[in-house]
Amino acid sequence: MSNALALDPTVVALIVGMAAVTYATKAGGLWLVGRIDLSERAEAGLDVLPGAVVVAFIAPALADGGVPEWVAAGATVAVAHKTGSLLLSLGVGVGTVLAVRSVV
Amino acid sequence: MAEAESATERSVETDTEPDDGGMTFTFAGVREGFITGFPVAVGVAGYGVVFGVIADQAGLSVAEAALMSATVLAGAAQLIGVELWADSVPMATVVATVGIVNLRYLLMGAALRPWFRQLSPRAAYGSVFFTADENWALTIGKLRSGSKRGAFLLGSGLVLWLLWIVATVLGVTAGDFLGTPEQYGLDYVLTALFLTLAVGLWQGRESIRPWLAAAGVALVANAVLPGEWYVIVGALAGAVVRMVSYE
Repeated sequence: MSNALALDPTVVALIVGMAAVTYATKAGGLWLVGRIDLSERAEAGLDVLPGAVVVAFIAPALADGGVPEWVAAGATVAVAHKTGSLLLSLGVGVGTVLAVRSVV
Repeated sequence: MAEAESATERSVETDTEPDDGGMTFTFAGVREGFITGFPVAVGVAGYGVVFGVIADQAGLSVAEAALMSATVLAGAAQLIGVELWADSVPMATVVATVGIVNLRYLLMGAALRPWFRQLSPRAAYGSVFFTADENWALTIGKLRSGSKRGAFLLGSGLVLWLLWIVATVLGVTAGDFLGTPEQYGLDYVLTALFLTLAVGLWQGRESIRPWLAAAGVALVANAVLPGEWYVIVGALAGAVVRMVSYE
């Protein structure tokens, strides 16, 4: 680790490029939707977007998983539904996945 | 840049749901986001360590890896970017690929619009730098349930950002000793988080068709498209189904 603090100009240029393009995507959606006048229909689409994004993330993750992930998903949803507590749901989800993985 | 424009559009748009002002941008909001985001940030940090290990293998120094984590703050994009860079892929191609991997942020930013347009442009466009999948989801859940704390994204993003940088440094310097996220079940934190939020975002029958569309299209897209396109394609399918059935 002799060169831990080294900053290669080429790598810094790469980082600047990556940072700029990433910020553009993070700010771009907010900016774009503000530029256009949305119809009520489009507003309704925007309204379901959060749930749709979340579901689109989850479905392949669960499909790629196995029994531990499915059992843990059931436990997580049950606890979330029952308690509404994020911390509890996360704890139960992660705990269940570890427990089931150790036996399956 | 956006300051003058956003002042005018505020009067033009006539919205229905969460509006009518009342959104705040306060230290209390930052604090709440920071505290709520902490356990989630610990899960994300597991991947910060992974990123640090990969960055080390790609020949990045501690300073370079930390700088990247501090300024880019996008897990999947950083991993892919560094791996391509190690394979001597040209810089422009790496940057373009990073942009594609991050396209889902466009949709996530758009979804924040109903609340964030009530904030000052500085607060809104400053906060979105700290957007990551996890704290975006936390924030949307919070705002949907009626919270007026516009600084929640910033607070939950700050704790994630801090742990992301620390974990990156740990990964570069001591990654071999720390083990994998799977060992600690950290690979499941994102799924558990999103499942919990899905429970909160569920709006009854109205959600059934858009969610089925989002899940189905995401599954197909995951099988046939590379990278994270499935998130974008699936989410858009859900929104389109809602728009088509809107009366």
